[in-house]
Amino acid sequence: MVQLPLLEVDSLTIDYQTRRGNIRAVNNLSFTLERGETLGLVGESGSGKSTLGLSIIRLVPPPGVIVNGHIRLDGTDILTLSEEEMRFIRGKKVAFVFQDPMTSLSPVKKVEAHFVELIRTHEPNISEREALERAKKALNDVGILPERIDDYPHQFSGGMRQRIMIALAIALNPDLVIADEPTTALDVIVQAKILDLLKSLRDTYGMALILITHDLSIVLERCDKIIVMYAGNLVEYATSMELHKNPGHPYTKGLLQSIPNIELAEQKLKAIPGSPPNLLNPQKGCHFWPRCSYAKEKCHMEGPPVVEFSPGHFIRCFREAHNPERSHKR
Amino acid sequence: MQKVETKRRIFPSFIPNLASLARRGLAGWITLIGVTIVLSIILMTLLAPWISPHNPAEINVGPLSSPPNSQFPLGTNHLGQDMLSRIISGGSVMIQVAVLSVFFCLLVGLPIGLLASYAGGIIDKVFSLVMDSLYAFPGMVLAIAIAAMIGTGVVNMALSIAVVYVPSYFRIVRSQVLTIKELPYAEAALATGAKGRSILLRYILPNVVPSVVVVATVNFADAILTAAGLTFIGLGVEKSIPDWGWDLTDGRALLPSGAWWVITFPGIMIVLLALGFTLMGEGLSELLNPRLEQ
Repeated sequence: MVQLPLLEVDSLTIDYQTRRGNIRAVNNLSFTLERGETLGLVGESGSGKSTLGLSIIRLVPPPGVIVNGHIRLDGTDILTLSEEEMRFIRGKKVAFVFQDPMTSLSPVKKVEAHFVELIRTHEPNISEREALERAKKALNDVGILPERIDDYPHQFSGGMRQRIMIALAIALNPDLVIADEPTTALDVIVQAKILDLLKSLRDTYGMALILITHDLSIVLERCDKIIVMYAGNLVEYATSMELHKNPGHPYTKGLLQSIPNIELAEQKLKAIPGSPPNLLNPQKGCHFWPRCSYAKEKCHMEGPPVVEFSPGHFIRCFREAHNPERSHKR
Repeated sequence: MQKVETKRRIFPSFIPNLASLARRGLAGWITLIGVTIVLSIILMTLLAPWISPHNPAEINVGPLSSPPNSQFPLGTNHLGQDMLSRIISGGSVMIQVAVLSVFFCLLVGLPIGLLASYAGGIIDKVFSLVMDSLYAFPGMVLAIAIAAMIGTGVVNMALSIAVVYVPSYFRIVRSQVLTIKELPYAEAALATGAKGRSILLRYILPNVVPSVVVVATVNFADAILTAAGLTFIGLGVEKSIPDWGWDLTDGRALLPSGAWWVITFPGIMIVLLALGFTLMGEGLSELLNPRLEQ
């Protein structure tokens, strides 16, 4: 029997139904994630990456509505679960690490209270002493002195608070950790440390990890697979090695060209011109064409389909689909 | 692993260490002065049976309407009662009413504010409307109307004052909850599978409490003034109980005959007590505001 993938997102569509109109935040998106795999979810602000992350624990903020598709966790479609059943998945099976560590801990509660609260929510029979033991172990795993469990959040720095958030996420040994821009609020050195910590914890605990970020460079070296999103659409989906060597979509190429490279001192960084579309009144055709240097007549008229660029490597673009020789060139 | 002694700091508690107050700048001094005034008056009232020279309710302990002199330092009123003894014990009712009314306000305003604003939607709208209409009444007029309906006595006074001030609690709690429930830590709690109830009680409530404490201290001052007003117009306690409010009523009648001392001293005491609570509230609101720390 083939083992079920841990997470299977199938033609997921999420709309923000605002008073001014429908905004399609995630459009017909599918991917799978195996146990222990790391997935990077890359896109600029408003591309739907956070919405997608939140939908996996079914906490898309109103007026967001999942209008179509399935999210299967261990084969169970979580969209059919009751709110009570969903509570047991949040935190226990799927843990979330939020963007802003400075406000993600309650300022009036000690760190230990956060842990005891979390552990006892899911395992009410556990004694407080045992919960504290587990909390200390989790803190130790993220490199925070277990003695400091007695302190209040304001006594920690931003990087340490993010470590605490990660410790909270792994305390119940979840199958999947979703980190939504976990390092945006931190400086570059701390950022690298936090990301490496997440990766080493993944190796220790064997959990799967979804890393949501707007910075392609930080996921390239740390993730197994990468999804690039643009304006609610999946534009490219490949292993990070493949994506790096052989980017298919013009947007991904643009992103890769905008990463500074220390070895090419003379190279000028290329920015992608323009800005993302207004999703309230999306133009016809491909969302990316106004910024695309390869855009053709056809791109203005209809949205491109998702095509297999090379085995296991998918892009949403006409260019490659109409140029079959190209995809075999490598 | 190397054991490091972490430096512990006591989180700003709601009743800051009195001695350390003076080291926290102007707000600390203000709080210290307020607390001193309030505690002295409460202490004086508690010790009244032992320190007052005469029975405050007994008539004809001295000459009628005598001005302050060596035997009666604050004079006597038209019934020959000793004003000093009446000042010493006359705050008791007011303080009881203030404490009780604040308690009633907390008991009603806090839970309603929490639940309505957390639930949101129509429940929030209905409660906000009711509370806003109560808030629109002039406080004194509403208190008089309710006191006139339910009668005199300490508990009834406290109730009528509580009705006036519940909207303030509701409003401050609501505004805080609306802010806090959108903060990442409330959202993070939801993402860890916490129930709505436990988010409300364990994440939102503790963060609302500091603001409520400030409203309560400021509310004490208002309650004192309203209690004095109610007693002044005869809706407070019975005449046989010594009270600054009654002394004001007597003093007003005696003022044309030149007996200024009967109205002046209770007036000063009421203002002093209200001032004490106000200073305490203002100081605490500065001290408990984490953004102003340091």
